[in-house]
Amino acid sequence: MNMTKIVRTTADVLYPFCLVFGLYIVAHGHLSPGGGFQGGSVMATGVALLIVSRSYTAILQRIRKEALKLCEAIGLLMFLVAALSGLYIGGSFLHNWLAGAGGLFGTPVAFGPNPGTFNTAGVVPILNLAVGLEVLGGLAVILLYMLSGLRENTP
Amino acid sequence: MRPTLFIGILLILFSGLIHIATDLSFGQPATTDLDDYFLRHAQEHTGANNVVTSVVFDFRAFDTLGEATVLFTAVLGVGILFRKLHPGEEYEHD
Repeated sequence: MNMTKIVRTTADVLYPFCLVFGLYIVAHGHLSPGGGFQGGSVMATGVALLIVSRSYTAILQRIRKEALKLCEAIGLLMFLVAALSGLYIGGSFLHNWLAGAGGLFGTPVAFGPNPGTFNTAGVVPILNLAVGLEVLGGLAVILLYMLSGLRENTP
Repeated sequence: MRPTLFIGILLILFSGLIHIATDLSFGQPATTDLDDYFLRHAQEHTGANNVVTSVVFDFRAFDTLGEATVLFTAVLGVGILFRKLHPGEEYEHD
């Protein structure tokens, strides 16, 4: 069932911030604490915030379950494609062939303690993004499924 | 089982575990070669400044692939559990 207008408005305001913060944690996983699993959980928290503030039918108008399922499948496929590209190019499964190559995510990193630059670490940010997408889709779809099992008293 | 017997067994097990735990040497691992290798060479091998991420997503990335598969399977199981029942299909105990 729908919560009060205060809760709904607060959830609407906080929802994009949750998504952006989760994306930040995912994207900077190779530089700062965090990574795919943690950032994906934060993004799914934003979806959970919408879920606790609205009824099931109202949520399905805001977010589409098919898009989240697609997110999850694309995440796992992206991981597998990145892993198999290492097998094809570098010669071993999950080989980090982009690191230090100079192209995408390939800037050579300075050794020792340094803040680092974003465009480093090779395949690692791609795997982070894949896992983040998958965790976002998976957790949100689990929450939506469990909500659909409830019998709601809609006023 | 009587409660006193249960509590007695629990106390014996607990004291045994405490006795074992006091004999362990925390903070002094037997071999540190692999840890030192990761700390020294993670930055030059993977280019990632976060050594934890470089272990999780590069040196042990196959393990992460397994974790992602576990999550995918969990979602699959929840989806099967909460599926829409066909008309006429009911649970056995109904």
